[in-house]
Amino acid sequence: MSVSVAVIDYGMGNLHSVASALQHVGAGEVVVTHDAELIRQADRVVFPGVGAIRDCMSEIRRLKCDELLAQALTEQHVPVLAICVGLQALMDRSEENDGVDCLGMIPGDVRFFGNPLTDANGQRLKVPHMGWNEVRQQRDHPLWAGIPDMTRFYFVHSYYVHAKDRSLLAGSVEYGVSADAALARDNLFAVQFHPEKSASAGLTLLKNFLNWNGQC
Amino acid sequence: MTQRLSTMGLAKRIIPCLDVDNGRVVKGVNFVDIRDAGDPVEIAMRYNDQGADEVCFLDITASSDGRETTVHTVEQIAEHVFIPLTVGGGIRSVDDIRTMLNAGADKVSINTAAIHNPELVRESALRFGSQCIVVAIDAKRVDDVDGQPRWEIFTHGGRKPTGIDAVAWAVRMAELGAGEILLTSMDRDGTRNGFELGVTRAITDAVEIPVIASGGVGTLDHLVDGVTRGGADAVLAASIFHFGEFTVPQAKAYMAEHGIEVRL
Repeated sequence: MSVSVAVIDYGMGNLHSVASALQHVGAGEVVVTHDAELIRQADRVVFPGVGAIRDCMSEIRRLKCDELLAQALTEQHVPVLAICVGLQALMDRSEENDGVDCLGMIPGDVRFFGNPLTDANGQRLKVPHMGWNEVRQQRDHPLWAGIPDMTRFYFVHSYYVHAKDRSLLAGSVEYGVSADAALARDNLFAVQFHPEKSASAGLTLLKNFLNWNGQC
Repeated sequence: MTQRLSTMGLAKRIIPCLDVDNGRVVKGVNFVDIRDAGDPVEIAMRYNDQGADEVCFLDITASSDGRETTVHTVEQIAEHVFIPLTVGGGIRSVDDIRTMLNAGADKVSINTAAIHNPELVRESALRFGSQCIVVAIDAKRVDDVDGQPRWEIFTHGGRKPTGIDAVAWAVRMAELGAGEILLTSMDRDGTRNGFELGVTRAITDAVEIPVIASGGVGTLDHLVDGVTRGGADAVLAASIFHFGEFTVPQAKAYMAEHGIEVRL
């Protein structure tokens, strides 16, 4: 069975890597689009994001990508994967750019890592949190299939997510604070790291996403 | 003596660098003597398979029609390589940055253009996000009259002094929104004598953003020193990997033996 994927495009940054990684792990047609009809026809929806939150939010709203996302989640009931700023945009509010209201689809906020940031031994940590860090799997999920706990994924962000409902936490990462690395709710899986840039671990997660029926 | 570094799990990165001239990987000694090391797409895929943490593509093509080749090569690499890709060399404008990001680069490295127009760093960080703006600094040691170590920025492959202090420049670039500093010692590049640890330490201590040490790697101990003594967050090397002396897994195993967190 060939699984088609729509990657929601709101004009912020390079989405080719997501698309080519999905194709690499066996996706059928992958479209990068904000066309409601094309998204409605897709078997899977990816909500990516890079860049600053204010610009992302204004483009998401201008192109009505929030409605497309809501449609995918609650009407189409297809599996949805949010990545990086895509995850952050789902929350209530972000501290970035002097405070920006986000979509409020998941209760919780997006916080600055802090400056200076130190680890448990008082050693200084650089911000952005950039590089390969270990993700602690907080619960079983079909998207973790075949990925050992504490596998390293590639992160690049200065703000981190903290969901109010801790039962949504699917993975966490330690970097001075304990940050939410993955949230899961029904047919939505949202990650702070970049699976498309996380070598074989990331490709496994994307393959799991294609194989996932949206139940957990 | 090496000290055990606690990083709360974040791995120090190993970044093989491809210096590319007209679509071929080359590596010069002090930017002059150039040896052919092969096809960039093939080499980038090899490093991806070996477990490199990122790949850096440095375009040293002089001719303007060579730029098209570069974009095409970046597109091909991005299609086959699923680790972060930084592209540098000849990036002069917001449009150049957009072209490279659209071709599949995750980060773009700005060097000379930042010196001519520091606002480019601010503008592009605002537009594309700090996470994809790397400022490359080519530093050369120019001690003060009283013998205090000092490093200055040089352009044109290390031939042209700018009078700009390298440490102060790194701080300014971070303030303008750079997400990372790629620091190359022009005294060491291509020499295989190891990183210039003085400037590496001075800059890593001065900025909050990650610093990639570059220039001079000839042995695996040099990679270890870059992290433990230089304080670098990532180490970049070219020739030790291209010519098969060491593989990325060998380098990582060696760093791990010396107490450095790496992704194995």
